[in-house]
Amino acid sequence: MSTRVISSPRTTGEPGERILRYSLAERIHHWVGFLFYFYCLITGLAFWSPYMYWLAALVGGGPTARFWHPWFGVAFTISMFWMYAMWDRDMRITDADRRWKAAIKSYIENDDQNLPPEGRFNYGQKLFFWVMFYGIILLLISGIGLWFVEGIPSSLRWLRYLSVTVHVIAALATIGAFIIHVYMGTAMVRGGFTSIIRGEVSTAWAKTHHRLWYEQVTRRQSAGR
Amino acid sequence: MSQATLAIKKISGHPGPAPGADVERDYQVAKLIDTTTCIGCKACEVACLEWNGYTFTETTFDNSYQTMPSTAWNYWNLIKFNEHEREDGTLQLLMRKDQCMHCADPGCLMACPADGAIVQYTNGIVDFQQQNCIGCGYCVSGCPFDIPKFNPTTKKMFKCTLCSDRVSQGLEPACIKSCPTGCLHFGSKEDMTYLAESRAKQLRENFGFEKAGVYDPAGVGGTGVIYVLHDVTDPEAYGGLPKDPHIPWVVRFWKGPAKWIGNLAMLFGVLGVTLHYFRYGPKEIHPPKNGDGGKP
Repeated sequence: MSTRVISSPRTTGEPGERILRYSLAERIHHWVGFLFYFYCLITGLAFWSPYMYWLAALVGGGPTARFWHPWFGVAFTISMFWMYAMWDRDMRITDADRRWKAAIKSYIENDDQNLPPEGRFNYGQKLFFWVMFYGIILLLISGIGLWFVEGIPSSLRWLRYLSVTVHVIAALATIGAFIIHVYMGTAMVRGGFTSIIRGEVSTAWAKTHHRLWYEQVTRRQSAGR
Repeated sequence: MSQATLAIKKISGHPGPAPGADVERDYQVAKLIDTTTCIGCKACEVACLEWNGYTFTETTFDNSYQTMPSTAWNYWNLIKFNEHEREDGTLQLLMRKDQCMHCADPGCLMACPADGAIVQYTNGIVDFQQQNCIGCGYCVSGCPFDIPKFNPTTKKMFKCTLCSDRVSQGLEPACIKSCPTGCLHFGSKEDMTYLAESRAKQLRENFGFEKAGVYDPAGVGGTGVIYVLHDVTDPEAYGGLPKDPHIPWVVRFWKGPAKWIGNLAMLFGVLGVTLHYFRYGPKEIHPPKNGDGGKP
């Protein structure tokens, strides 16, 4: 990933430099993944409950939703593996994460001064990534059983039941993670939403939320200067 | 207002009670299949195709008299032929007309996510409404008899309708109409049960089929299609008729408690983050301290 520190004429009231947090490729992959996941989410909810069946109408009706849901699922899987290729190294759990995890209560209560410093991604972000990563693998495998229901002979009907069970549990797990992710990215961590669109964060933001990453980036930058 | 509500209950100035006033109509219909008098002629298969407008297509030969291995989206009625070896080593050729059983507690209907794609009429017929079907195939998972079949071209599910179109006009289903031996009967569930029980009794007492009985499985609340079997203790011998069919518990759980647990979990998730925002609000950026590189 790019680690250049740039001066930007755009400010959000924060003084000083702005740092590139997400490269253009990372931002595009994030939003492509969002598009595919969101389609699967609303069509999946439509199939899940009669009270949410109307959601299917938003994307062309039940039969259309049923036709595209699995294809968008495949697309999201590809997109997810792409993100894995990009972020695998960044997402590995480190000792800093374990220390941060022990103090997670301070994070939840916005008592950030008492948190141990984190790298480019904190433990919560990494957890979200892995829930989505393993979630989509389970969703894809179980989804194949639901996609081609008649492909499973009736003598192996337990596979159908297993598919349904795994699909529901994995979907609910990703939905839970998704709710928290959207909340934190938009409302709770101000600046996060802008960073995944335009890529930049203020130095103060970087110091506050990802100090180890900030130090690493600026050190590397000054070494190269 | 249906015609039934205009039946006359009381009549003025009439000697005696109103004719038929004490009669109750049994709306539940049933098809009775007496496997002991089936000769495997397949007239019912042809009648089903003809009435429902399907053409006879090429079939698979698998070393039996059976037309094809199982019913298809455009072949709803299939006589299953089974060579059954009796305890004394002699063979018995069992023939069973296979089609939708029209369960009182239909698993297909429970599993279906599409509004109005499967309905159950007051008379007990379970019918697919293809205009509302989304082709997801969940009904296949819900059915204990492996009946719903998928048309890959239209992406809709199909199965026997018990000729709901004929029945609604006071006619018997096409298969019944065509049966030359009288092994098929159609009428009220009560009458068919009575007829089936008396035939089973006859088989037990006069024909030496000591285990003869009626197949009307309680696990799915009884069915709109009932069988008289030579040996009711071994329905599996008749081409895989399940001994104790019921809606799979996974489907029951998925469409019952799981739905509410999942919905509540999602609701509490959204409520939870909202309350978190009310209580703690957004995160503050630490105020920079004397340019010390961010050490708080």
